Amino acid sequence: MLSTWTVWIVIISLGVGTYLIRFSFLGLIGGRELPEWVLRHLRYVAVAVMPALITPLVIWPEATAGEPDPSRLTAAIAAFVIGIRFNSVIGAILGGMVTLYGMQYLLG
Amino acid sequence: MSHNQSAFWCGFLDCIPFILVVAPFGLLFGVVATEAGLNLLETMSMTVLVIAGAAQFTALALLQDHAPTIVVILAALTVNLRMAMYSAALVPHLGKTSLSTRALASYFMIDQTFAVSIKKYESNPHWSTSQKTAYYFGCTTALCPFWYLFCLTGALVGQSIPKEYSLDFAIPICFISLIAPMLRSLPHLVSALVSIVLALVLAWMPYNLWLIVAAVFAMMAGAKTELWVKSRRAEC
Repeated sequence: MLSTWTVWIVIISLGVGTYLIRFSFLGLIGGRELPEWVLRHLRYVAVAVMPALITPLVIWPEATAGEPDPSRLTAAIAAFVIGIRFNSVIGAILGGMVTLYGMQYLLG
Repeated sequence: MSHNQSAFWCGFLDCIPFILVVAPFGLLFGVVATEAGLNLLETMSMTVLVIAGAAQFTALALLQDHAPTIVVILAALTVNLRMAMYSAALVPHLGKTSLSTRALASYFMIDQTFAVSIKKYESNPHWSTSQKTAYYFGCTTALCPFWYLFCLTGALVGQSIPKEYSLDFAIPICFISLIAPMLRSLPHLVSALVSIVLALVLAWMPYNLWLIVAAVFAMMAGAKTELWVKSRRAEC
């Protein structure tokens, strides 16, 4: 059983800490101009963070106890190909999920 | 309709489909938190104050493992460190808005709304700050209320969507689908590749540190490649 105190300390620290992280640059830099070399780095934030965030989820899914899963790998590739080829986020999500279900059906 | 109103609804509509991804994730959090022994007030306080799925799940798992409180907090905050990078990346677009607007935009900063907004800003460089702001809040309005709602439903109903539907994989599929259309140039490709490789190579690092290390190096790789491409062009 979790102690109420521990839970509330975690909730509040996590809430405050997460907010400060989110507010950090946007809040403190505000409207000041950033040097070109900083802007150059910032252009790559989305493509630098998100692939790392999901790579372990794709390769070692928790649902299969960390074993690489052919259906999930194929679905990930399908979403990637559709996204890059047709420039459609929604198309890629739908294509990925349909591929996942299709593969699971085929592989039993 | 004014430019701002249309930008708001544009963001709203662009993000509405992601409810399908947020829904199972939120339901699951509500269920898992309740099963872990959190009451409704605790579950919803965490959801509203933290409003970040990955960190909420990390904290919950470590609480259940009876990890030291400080470890629970630091590990979950490390998962959220990526948002400092989002915060910085939004400065060129939203930095000129009022402090209260930036304070509010910070609270609602989540992966999907960030990625969707940045993609839109890149393809509409002529947009004014107020249009960009309206679009951003259109995105958050479409998603954040549903995050609360589905966490609440999960906590109250106590049932998530059965595992057979494999909705655990909706999150990776969603992020892949957001990122793939952004890989339009060599620097973007290099950055994503470095990000993937380092996530695998650094997986041994404790407390989710691999994520932030991989992301920082991937960002630097993108910037370096951009410089290299430019210098090559200048030579030709």
